Amino acid sequence: MEILNSILPELIRIVICAVCGAVIVFGNALVMGYAERKLAGHFMLRPGPMEVGFHGIIQLVVDGLKLMGKQLVVPAKADKPLFMLAPILAFAPVFIPLLVIPFSDKLQGFDLDVGLLLILAVASINVLAILIGGWGSNNKYSLFGAFRSVAQNVAYEIPMLISLLAIVFMTNTFSLREIAAAQSPVWFVILQPLAFLIYIVAMVAETNRAPFDLPEAESELTAGFHTEYSGMSFSLFVLGEYANMFIVCSIATVFFLGGDSGIPLPYFEYSGAIWFLAKVYALMFFLVWIRWTYPRTRFDQLMNFCWKYLIPFSLVNLLITVVMVKLI
Amino acid sequence: MKSYFSELFTGGWSLILGLKVTIKSLFSPIVTVQYPREKLEITPNYRGHIDLVKDPENGSHKCITCGSCMRECPSDCIVIEGEKREGVKGKVLTVFTLDFTKCSLCGACVEACPTDALDYSNEYELAGEARSDFYFDILKRVEERK
Amino acid sequence: MNVDVLEDERHHRFVLNMGPQHPSTHGVLRVLLELEGEYAMSLQPVLGYGHRCHEKIAEYKPAKSFMPNTARMDYLGALIYNHGYAQLLEKATGIEAPQRAEYIRVITSELNRIQSHLLWYGAYLLDLGAFTPIMYSFDDREHILDILEDVTGSRLTYCYYRVGGVCRDIDDKFIAGTRQFIDRLRSRFPMYEDLVNGNVILQNRLNGIGDLTPQTCARYGVTGPLLRGTGVAYDMRRAEPYSVYPEFDFEIPTETKGDCMASFLVRFREMEQSLRIIEQALDRLPEGPIMAAKVPKKLKIPAGDYNSSVEAPRGELSYYLVADGSDTPYRLKVRTPSYSNLSVVSEQCAGMLLSDVVSAMGSLDLVIPEIDR
Repeated sequence: MEILNSILPELIRIVICAVCGAVIVFGNALVMGYAERKLAGHFMLRPGPMEVGFHGIIQLVVDGLKLMGKQLVVPAKADKPLFMLAPILAFAPVFIPLLVIPFSDKLQGFDLDVGLLLILAVASINVLAILIGGWGSNNKYSLFGAFRSVAQNVAYEIPMLISLLAIVFMTNTFSLREIAAAQSPVWFVILQPLAFLIYIVAMVAETNRAPFDLPEAESELTAGFHTEYSGMSFSLFVLGEYANMFIVCSIATVFFLGGDSGIPLPYFEYSGAIWFLAKVYALMFFLVWIRWTYPRTRFDQLMNFCWKYLIPFSLVNLLITVVMVKLI
Repeated sequence: MKSYFSELFTGGWSLILGLKVTIKSLFSPIVTVQYPREKLEITPNYRGHIDLVKDPENGSHKCITCGSCMRECPSDCIVIEGEKREGVKGKVLTVFTLDFTKCSLCGACVEACPTDALDYSNEYELAGEARSDFYFDILKRVEERK
Repeated sequence: MNVDVLEDERHHRFVLNMGPQHPSTHGVLRVLLELEGEYAMSLQPVLGYGHRCHEKIAEYKPAKSFMPNTARMDYLGALIYNHGYAQLLEKATGIEAPQRAEYIRVITSELNRIQSHLLWYGAYLLDLGAFTPIMYSFDDREHILDILEDVTGSRLTYCYYRVGGVCRDIDDKFIAGTRQFIDRLRSRFPMYEDLVNGNVILQNRLNGIGDLTPQTCARYGVTGPLLRGTGVAYDMRRAEPYSVYPEFDFEIPTETKGDCMASFLVRFREMEQSLRIIEQALDRLPEGPIMAAKVPKKLKIPAGDYNSSVEAPRGELSYYLVADGSDTPYRLKVRTPSYSNLSVVSEQCAGMLLSDVVSAMGSLDLVIPEIDR
């Protein structure tokens, strides 16, 4: 009984965190799905979804219901266990990073000392899911998409890590809350503009979004790794993608844009969370904006850009940071 | 080494120019029309399927059943039949059908008509579920328009 | 066609069946790719999914009645296909279209050419993964379609030209609308320049991809913007002037490199030249009839063979007619540009990355119904 009493608060905390995580993942997918389609429409001088509800506001809910109602088609020659595992593997891990993201001073699941490492480690599982999905569906286009995705994500994790490492050297911690708190006078985007730029590029590539959406390049590979997926298994990939977007944008907010710092709104204790979400969605808007502006890069150019520009620049940046930190 | 950096800057600048174009259109008015809700006015010159012209003099049509349109039609989609009737000069039109599934809207029939009895209709919302929806009885159409 | 098992030295290759339902083949074209990694070592286009026997149909009905069929071969250059055919029958029967009709033909044909290029522009960028430009170019294209709809009565598969003229006269509304459109499109070019042409990603995707030389083009019969991209200023409007084109002052845009970027720029600059032609034609539009005075109802074609060539948006279009003295052609052969242009891909794209195959095939500006006519 005593043991139970001691772990009960922790258990309740875990349950609440899990529920909040689910709300964030699904809510974010709804908001982003709608915003992306609406913004894409207006970028293209058309209104976007307009039919279901006022200005199509419940379009995504209806789409979700449609996807749930659809048959899960498994190709005859697919590797069925792998085929079914991949969407789950793409979707399930996205909850874990949400636990350590500090939405505001008080709104944080767990403040781990190794928060950043946890996020990066879990985010890498996504690559595995894509590889399994592409391999398991036994489709040539899917296979190409999977191969591209693995090469791309592995390559772009390096500059992403190194650019974040510069911040870690400055703050001397891996804990996200402390990093966010360390930017009280000036945001790190001003001290580390190069790292910010590198992180933004790597972030777009990590989430497989245009102009780096090679794994699903639909004009070349029809739909890339999720060619064969239908119904809910397809939507799990999409949910996972939007959740990953949210996570990488949150990291950018924590590391470069001052986390929850901002002008405190009157009479509201959690105004930090509002600032945090505003920053995250501003970054998401940027992702949508570039997606609907640029053509897709070619695979070798993508890798060239990583190895020729991003990694050298991030290494130089890291070196300068280390020297500066040592000197000051 | 110099080109390494200049490429980066010219490339980056071109990307920023592109972003400027799209953000401008984000705040421009939309140019599309929500079709079934709003409709654009179609030009009176639009060439839909053919129709018999209403003759204001006799309240009917001007067709003399000469069959020029039937002969001229490249896809044989017009069928005309007429019959002799007591007390009427020439033939009287009894059947005028158009198989719109075959029609290519070339306008040969309208141009061939010696009495200008044919004209293009302005109908463009012609989706249908069966082939038989497109076998138009032109004679019936002109009579119904009374 | 079935895919054979690959022989010994090729057995490690991966056969990818691109099409007939692939987003970047723009129709029912099928391409068999043999891949090593992402490199396409050999390509084989497979045709015939949309064959409608147009040439055979021509042998079974009066020559005049084939006009609507010409528009259906190349749905993007319908008026230019009309033009070639009307010209062919005029040559064969000795009927001459009045000056005003020829001017109207030039104006509408050039509008049609711009329309085709704008669609290609958008669709090509869609192939390259940019979604937005197609909406902007469709916005411009819609204005052309409205102008043409007002005079021809249709939006895509026009049947506007007749043997001996055109079937409807243009009015002041058309002229005003066209002038307005010219100004509009000119003011849009800088926007396209910023959004697309100068974009570093696009430059990297197109520069040095799919090199063609004038010799290769000559071997395969490649014409149009692809040939002009290799530096050969071969354009039927200049090489064998027809209609009233000699009266206008315009340039034939050429590039020298022969890659995808070259034909991209040639097409883009051709739109500007077409605008110039339209402007001049509108300024000098003569008054007069729009149809030749005497066009017999039954058009008897004297026995013999006749040829007529025009410059379609995708290259040289030729009609070759053998007549036996009746009103029905004995044989009609259509030389469509996309067919010859497509045949070069197996040489042009061998050894390319899969993404480059898509950009090289897009730069051919294929219209599949014109290949499978």
